Amino acid sequence: MSSISLTNSQPYNYDIIRKFTVMAIIWGVLGMTAGVYIALELTWPAFNLDIPAITFGRLRPVHTTLVIFGFGGSALFATSYYVVQRTCQVRLTSDVMANMTFWGWQIAITLAAVSYMAGFTQAREYAEMVWPIDILIAVTWVTYFILFVSTLAKRTQPHIYVANWFFVAFILATAILHIFNNMEVPISFFSLKSYSLHAGVQDAMTQWWYGHNAVGFFLTAAFLGMMYYFVPKQAGRPVYSYRLSIIHFWALVFLYMWVGAHHLHWTALPDWTSTLAATFSILLLLPSWGGMINGIMTLSGAWDKLRSDPVIRFLIVALSFYGMSTFEGPLMSLKSVNALSHYTDWTIGHVHSGALGWVAMVTFGSFYHLIPRLWETKMYSDKLIFLHFWLATVGIVLYISAMWVAGIGQGLMLRAFDEYGNLAYTFIETVEFLYHPYAVRAFGGMFFVAGIIVMAYNVFMTIRKGRIEKAALEEKLAAKLAKVQG
Amino acid sequence: MKHETIETHAGILIVLTLIVISIGGLVEILPLYFIDDTVEEVKVDGIESVRPYTPLELRGRDLYQREGCYTCHSQMIRPFRDEKLRYGHYSLAAESKYDHPFQWGSKRTGPDLARVGGKYSNEWHVQHLVNPRSTVKESIMPNYGWFLENPLQFNDIADRMRALKLVGVPYSETQAEYELNIKNFGKEVANQLDITQAEANLIEQAVSKNYDGYIAEITEMDAMVAYLQVLGTMVDFKQFDDGYFATFR
Repeated sequence: MSSISLTNSQPYNYDIIRKFTVMAIIWGVLGMTAGVYIALELTWPAFNLDIPAITFGRLRPVHTTLVIFGFGGSALFATSYYVVQRTCQVRLTSDVMANMTFWGWQIAITLAAVSYMAGFTQAREYAEMVWPIDILIAVTWVTYFILFVSTLAKRTQPHIYVANWFFVAFILATAILHIFNNMEVPISFFSLKSYSLHAGVQDAMTQWWYGHNAVGFFLTAAFLGMMYYFVPKQAGRPVYSYRLSIIHFWALVFLYMWVGAHHLHWTALPDWTSTLAATFSILLLLPSWGGMINGIMTLSGAWDKLRSDPVIRFLIVALSFYGMSTFEGPLMSLKSVNALSHYTDWTIGHVHSGALGWVAMVTFGSFYHLIPRLWETKMYSDKLIFLHFWLATVGIVLYISAMWVAGIGQGLMLRAFDEYGNLAYTFIETVEFLYHPYAVRAFGGMFFVAGIIVMAYNVFMTIRKGRIEKAALEEKLAAKLAKVQG
Repeated sequence: MKHETIETHAGILIVLTLIVISIGGLVEILPLYFIDDTVEEVKVDGIESVRPYTPLELRGRDLYQREGCYTCHSQMIRPFRDEKLRYGHYSLAAESKYDHPFQWGSKRTGPDLARVGGKYSNEWHVQHLVNPRSTVKESIMPNYGWFLENPLQFNDIADRMRALKLVGVPYSETQAEYELNIKNFGKEVANQLDITQAEANLIEQAVSKNYDGYIAEITEMDAMVAYLQVLGTMVDFKQFDDGYFATFR
């Protein structure tokens, strides 16, 4: 096996995939640890330690940037480069460009985290990076687009595999969103400070058009691309329905771009805009579930693998969480539900059932499939994969249950009136109520971080094992060669 | 066209995807720039109620962003009975029309701040920012003691106002712009919007109001409290008929 794949892998650029894979895990550990830390700050404010750089307000964008763009982004670079090469049966067209995307991306993430802690930010959620970092990201992204498309164009297979449609849509949409959302005017060439081109209502609309499509394209479409390759591969079965994949692809990419304004219900944004967004949010349930069904049903006839194969378990649980959070999302986009849920922790819980349950779990599953192939060995320990699975699953359940209690509870308290028609609770009384849910949330987060640390150890040992095996094999070959020549 | 044509031609796939993903944004965002009712007209006796921030308030707003206050505080009151009782009149689009970027927020870990201006004294704000638990025992907000320790940097205040002018905020540089501001905002406000007087205006406001309670120095606390105290105070709702603002919704 190993000697065959050794020669087989030569035509492909696996080096770039290895680098992005390792960085995804490193950013994952750092970003999720930052998440646990800010969860502790919310439970016990003493954790802010009176140090400006680590107060909640500065550390929260560090957490979101490291997990979304550091962990998620690096995982997408890794898997999209793997999938496009395998399914097109051709090497990435340029090693130089591939390395440019690697360094551009890693430098951008590092600078972003450091600059937030130093107090440099655009103060727009998920787009906090200051203008020089925005430019670096734009250049990196255009390089990525050219590299990906030129590789597609060189393919030796007539058809472009479905996973690549999703990657193409993700790369295009992210480029548009990034550029139009980050139109800003620096106060001078020597200052990191800039002001957004848009103001008030228009700025809010642009920001949430970006913000929700960071979810829609970065965290959904692209990860569906990942799913469409790794689920059939790991299950050893073809995708359930080709027709369904066509319909849900076009519906998904069309509908997502309309829904951002559901983050702005009951605000100063005109009602027509947010009503339109809510309508499309409900429609979006259909293509979302189309993807979930297509993924899960790919396993039909091989359900027994759920019992024996820990990788399949990650992938199927990921799809289940995807189905759950894409049901919860349209529910929360209804104006009457949103009146209660908005501004509360219900939203935070919803994001994490998507981010931990779907994005992280599908990444873990794909990585456990990918890593042995990249380093041409087997995973160091299957038992540790099972352990990771349970730590992650228990962590998510604790996290989102705590946030349902916190969000719905606080939402109900804030709108409660006493018998005389006065407010039943002051704001701070609702904050006191959050103490226990917040503690449970931090605890759930620790489970999840423990899981990814177990993964990091397992992957480290696997890479080491792969290197030792490779060295042994080369030694053997050299000895054989010497014998023949002698 | 058969789907096979799309999936065998990368160019067609890219162009079609681009078209499909562009429609939603175009339909929802562009009209907001062209439909006049999107931002309410708020004038009393021909004078605009909502004005751009003074230099000191602007620096306070920059600090508000630097510390990531928006991650826990919204500035957007919704038209509900409980929010009206807790925070006041629902927020108007006009009230954030000079906000580059907007700071509506998405999470209330702390209370909404859209109308916090004038609710508490300057002394309360200083004490609360330095140690929130000294005024609200159960608070989970971090301490911001360094606002009182850091002298306020304002040597680039004119650059900041010029950048904002470039994106549409009516700060003035020429005589004509200044006179237009007098017409729209009145003389007192127009003086504050004059970029050539920015530094003098900032010092004057900080020294005369002395928000932080320290005479010797202009600290970040001066700017921060000046900003918090102006939030939500520009529109005097008593001047408008019931239902006037509802016509814009």
